[in-house]
Amino acid sequence: MARAINAGLRKKLAENRKVLMFGEDVAQLGGVFRVTEGLHKEFGDAQVFNSPIAESGIVGTAIGLAMRGYRSVCEIQFDGFIFPAFDQITTQLAKMANRSEGFHKMPIVIRVPYGGGIGAVEHHSESPEAYFAHTPGLRVVSPSNPNDAYWMIQQAIDSDDPVMFFEPKRRYWQKGPVNLDTPPMPLHSARVLHEGNQVTIATYGPMVTVALQAAQIAAEEGVSLEVVDLRSLSPIDFTTIVNSVKKTGRLVVASEAPNFVSVASEVAARVGEQAFYHLQAPVLRVGGFDIPYPAAKLEEVFLPDADRILEAVDRVLAY
Amino acid sequence: MSEYDSSNIPMVQFLSPEGEFSVPSQWAEYGEYLKRLSEADYLKFYRDMARIRRFDNEATALQRQGQLGLWIPAIGQEAAQIGSGYGVGHNDHIFPSYREHGVALTHGIDLMSILKMLRGVNHGGWNPDATRFHLYAIVLGSHVLHATGYAMGVKFDGAYATGNPATDQAVICYMGDGATAEGDVSEGLLFAAINKTPQVFFIQNNQWAISAPTSSQTAVPLYTRGDGFGVPGIRIDGNDVLAAYAVTAKHMDDARAGRGPSLIEALTYRMGAHTTSDDPTKYRSAEETAYWAARDPIKRLEVFLRNQGVGQAFFDDCAADGDKLAEDIRAKTFALPTPPFENMFKYVYADPHPLIEEQVAWLTEYEASFETEAHPSTQLHNVINEDALADHSGQLEQVESSNE
Repeated sequence: MARAINAGLRKKLAENRKVLMFGEDVAQLGGVFRVTEGLHKEFGDAQVFNSPIAESGIVGTAIGLAMRGYRSVCEIQFDGFIFPAFDQITTQLAKMANRSEGFHKMPIVIRVPYGGGIGAVEHHSESPEAYFAHTPGLRVVSPSNPNDAYWMIQQAIDSDDPVMFFEPKRRYWQKGPVNLDTPPMPLHSARVLHEGNQVTIATYGPMVTVALQAAQIAAEEGVSLEVVDLRSLSPIDFTTIVNSVKKTGRLVVASEAPNFVSVASEVAARVGEQAFYHLQAPVLRVGGFDIPYPAAKLEEVFLPDADRILEAVDRVLAY
Repeated sequence: MSEYDSSNIPMVQFLSPEGEFSVPSQWAEYGEYLKRLSEADYLKFYRDMARIRRFDNEATALQRQGQLGLWIPAIGQEAAQIGSGYGVGHNDHIFPSYREHGVALTHGIDLMSILKMLRGVNHGGWNPDATRFHLYAIVLGSHVLHATGYAMGVKFDGAYATGNPATDQAVICYMGDGATAEGDVSEGLLFAAINKTPQVFFIQNNQWAISAPTSSQTAVPLYTRGDGFGVPGIRIDGNDVLAAYAVTAKHMDDARAGRGPSLIEALTYRMGAHTTSDDPTKYRSAEETAYWAARDPIKRLEVFLRNQGVGQAFFDDCAADGDKLAEDIRAKTFALPTPPFENMFKYVYADPHPLIEEQVAWLTEYEASFETEAHPSTQLHNVINEDALADHSGQLEQVESSNE
């Protein structure tokens, strides 16, 4: 997946010299996950450069550059390091188009490797997407596979609105086919990845692989799960989710983030509003616990796995 | 008195508080820039300083009468703002904080745009490219990074240091002493220094950040704030319009010519409140305000001009000009329409967004469901406006009769 994002970035950098890629260690090193590897060599300092270790400065200068007509892709090195930039993202970036009555467009992509599962130290495994999905003016997306990653990064760069691009870091090494000719769908559409008719599993990012595993195991036990990959967390494609729920009558929403006031909560609330008479059971959420991300030796207990999803499936099927 | 005012830090000054003009040899390089000024420019400086103060007083009155939600006075800072504003070149971009009404005046911003914002019609919304005067930034220091990013863009575009005065550009960013405490200002200085941006940081040290003196924001004089980042600074007498003009003009020239970013600290004084919500008598002494009233930047220039032979007719004309502006903005403020509710949804995203579309559709239907032509809240608003107008005309009459 890292290579797919790299290829998508390369395509956009080549297409338009006003596309910039900057952040900490993104130049010669290619970023700590090598997502930008080779881009500095190919496009030089004029388009790909290292920033000081100052996240607010990275996003704040990207805003000024956008006022000057540049389209910046900023890398925040890790999820837990995004908070020094929180003010510039939520108070400035998200509101600039509105404040300027449409005069300033903010075509900025903020790439964030997020989520756990790689045995990292504190602040390197978090899922802060809900903060940004809660903020009007931002768009928030998260690819789950190489083909989506390749196309979604390009669609995000093309967007005239700011896009928070959450990259599931434990899937960077995941391999998969990439169709270089045709984008699979619009940036903000959800997709049914696995069809089924008994329970819908709505999920995104790193949990998609887990949900597909759960669907496999369930199928062996004769239970049919439908897996919906949200892909976009703001806006959310509720039509695809609701259509699935109308078919299955049951919904489990899975993510790594703590459940309390989460994207999963929003999906549950919306489905309650829009598909009440189709539901055979309450919507259940399977997420991280409402605690700080634990030390690495405990992360397997913290992170939902296929069994945790299947446990929730059993509960919704019991109604 | 402020500890900084009594300090021995050298600062560029051409007009003494008594209105006496001199170019000390150490500032000769800056003094050269005064040769660019004609007599008409000196008169323009005075006229604009007087105009913006009259505007400021009228805006405070409008707030007191409930016509503005808030007003942010800049009284006492006219020299720093008008002088530096005219020192900025015709291609340069200006990133203000939220008190730079004087700078706005020097760059053709319709002052009603500012009043519109403080009445609550919108959040800004003027065209920053037409005037090169960017939107006000309410979150302190946040815009310093935007200015720096913009200046990086100027550099990437190669729009500086070519020697072509028609196309070379620089950026100036205004902030107050309080803002310098924000991390974004430090990061802005750092990014500017590393990228050698064509940029000037202009700090108006008005000595008070709401109720906290400058000493609670910095332990070193603010003109040195950039030193550790590699951005050299200089202090000027911010109540001397000539110093503000000359030093800004030179530093902008230097930035435009590719000599890197620099910082100017204009030592001035916030003669009024932080905003109309503030009560400065709670935290500063009458002696201090009297001390600074004697250093009023407008009076200083007036003494100088009178000594140069400018007659009473000019000052009368400036006063009449200010009154006309005040009358104009008062009428226009009353006439500002309440925006349609669609406006609050319209600009949130550049591209279509399903949640916005859904909510606009819902609200449109909801509003239409009322039997009356307009939503009750809109009607109420109109009634309030009419009452206010009635009150206002009553007050005018009273004022007139008491004058008699």
